[in-house]
Amino acid sequence: MDAVFLFGQLFTGLSVASILLLAALGLALSFGLMRVINMAHGEFLMFGGYLTYLASQWVGPQFLWLAFPLAFVGSALLGAVLEFTVIRRLYGRPLDTLLATFGISLILQQAARQIFGSTGVPVMAPAWLSGAITVHGGALDGLTFPYVRLFVMALSALVLIAVWWLLNRSRFGMHVRAVNQNREVASSLGVNTRQLDMLVFALGSGIAGVAGAGLALLAPVNPTVGSAYIVNAFLVVVVGGVGSVLGGAVAALLLGCITALAEGLTSVSLAQAILLVVVVAFLQWKPRGLFPTQSRALEEA
Amino acid sequence: METQGSVSHTVPRPGRSVRAQSVKAAHLGKAALWPTLVVLALLLAPFVLASYPLALLGRVLALAIAALGASVVWGRAGILSLGQGLFFGLGGYALAMHLKLAATPKGELPDFMVYSGINKLPWFWQPFHSAPFALLMVVVLPGLAAYLIGWLMFRRRITGVFVSIITQALVLAFVTWLGGAQGLTSGSNGITDFQTFMGLNLRGPDFSRELYWATLLILGVSFAGTAWVLNTPFGSLLTAIRDNENRSRFLGYNPAAFKVAAFVLGGVLSGLSGALYTLHLGTISPAMIGVAFSIELVVWVALGGRASLWGAAGGMVLGQLAKDRISSAAPEAWLYIMGALFVLVVMYLPEGVAGLLKSRLSGGAGRRPAPLPMHPEVKDAV
Repeated sequence: MDAVFLFGQLFTGLSVASILLLAALGLALSFGLMRVINMAHGEFLMFGGYLTYLASQWVGPQFLWLAFPLAFVGSALLGAVLEFTVIRRLYGRPLDTLLATFGISLILQQAARQIFGSTGVPVMAPAWLSGAITVHGGALDGLTFPYVRLFVMALSALVLIAVWWLLNRSRFGMHVRAVNQNREVASSLGVNTRQLDMLVFALGSGIAGVAGAGLALLAPVNPTVGSAYIVNAFLVVVVGGVGSVLGGAVAALLLGCITALAEGLTSVSLAQAILLVVVVAFLQWKPRGLFPTQSRALEEA
Repeated sequence: METQGSVSHTVPRPGRSVRAQSVKAAHLGKAALWPTLVVLALLLAPFVLASYPLALLGRVLALAIAALGASVVWGRAGILSLGQGLFFGLGGYALAMHLKLAATPKGELPDFMVYSGINKLPWFWQPFHSAPFALLMVVVLPGLAAYLIGWLMFRRRITGVFVSIITQALVLAFVTWLGGAQGLTSGSNGITDFQTFMGLNLRGPDFSRELYWATLLILGVSFAGTAWVLNTPFGSLLTAIRDNENRSRFLGYNPAAFKVAAFVLGGVLSGLSGALYTLHLGTISPAMIGVAFSIELVVWVALGGRASLWGAAGGMVLGQLAKDRISSAAPEAWLYIMGALFVLVVMYLPEGVAGLLKSRLSGGAGRRPAPLPMHPEVKDAV
């Protein structure tokens, strides 16, 4: 096991973690606010990926300026529709939302399969993203950092900062935090909680769409890309602490790196099992995640 | 916080008690009539049905045992496990390992091990030469796994959707490992090509009928046993814990112990089901026991009515039969139909068909079904 290989794995792990982070952000938002488990969240990722593919088909090589807004808005709209038609009616029944949204994810996957086929559609990254930084000399001679992966990492850092600002520095974010702490009191003080639910759900879906756009640059988009990410995204939410953006970020980095290292040292299939053992062991130590929301309530998540 | 109004729904209004009692008597008569008819029909099926429908029926009856387990774990104990496929798979693989060894000539290795270049039988395969050991493992392995997982989760008071997420991740990890370990478990191809089981020829003309009887017998025993267990104070305590875990803790019970017990019962039933299913299909592979299978199981149980054993088992049987029909006629449409079913059932039939029938029979038309037990964390959060 040489250092170059190890650092290469870590770097790949970080870039996967950055996608995972974006996927988990939306989950953490809607779970923290509405206690809704959205199994169709992975399909927003897929949707964003396909929108990126379509953008690259329409505009040609310089499609990125269109792809990201399109992926964000498209997925956010889809999320809003889903919230309005199904999820709104299931508030207070998280286990039922889980099943209903799983049904929706089946429908969306099958639709994608019929429209785009079950094999992945490739998205060519633009030429200026195709190079890589290579380390010359020293102990890490030959280590490469592809631009695409660096770009995806920068993208997710940017989104993370934007979400943090939105939640902690804007009026919208203040409302979100207020509803998070006490829905009834916030509502009686004039916050339109139903509207807020929909906006937050749409925001989370939009972020997943952006993650999908980033993912499309790394690998072909196929109908099951969402289900490949969803379980790990949920693990990120659980480990990070429900509704905590910071916790989600730390957990995504941790899980991404653990997976990448385990994959490097053993095999892909064992790595998933190892990751899970680590998570279950961690929950023995901190059952409410890294950064739990403090509360004196007896019965709370 | 608003208090749950569940009590007011179950107490009959004064003026209606006489009518309610006579309705109840009629209901009892009906309740005895239908199960008798169903059991009779199932007993007569081998004399009426052709070989394919009979094999199909036997297969779905095997799955109904797993549905009973899901009904205990979810309907009674309120634990939505999305990982029942793990226990199902453990039971199935335990039996499949024995069947594979029985089909392999003495002194040789199973064919898939030879292909992956393994030259010595792995240690954990050795004891599966013995049929009684394999049969024991069909029950012990899933039970042990359920005990360990349940104990780790419920000890730290991990509840609600967290349990669902963890169990789902567990089954995913199990399936991924199975698929990757080509030399140990035959990977994603699964274990297949069975010949004999305890001297019976699996490909003989009479075997499918014998297997049907065996399945029906095991289902009947599981059903009666589970119904009996749920009728004891243990069953009532599970209901109490489901409806308010903290309150039962304050009354001096340890909810974790009861939940672990329910989880183990569910796991054992799943394992039994998995072993029978393996016999019916003549194969077991990771794709058969994965996340999709586990969630599908839960949905058929939800459709039939998770709180009722009849509902859960019936939902599974009818759902699988419908799946067989529709997915062979229109494979493209099936996933749409199933997805729509998921959504519609939880939106409009939260207690399943059994819940609907029950409220029709006991309360007359127009009576609102009692609200579902809300998870406590949600009651506070929303």
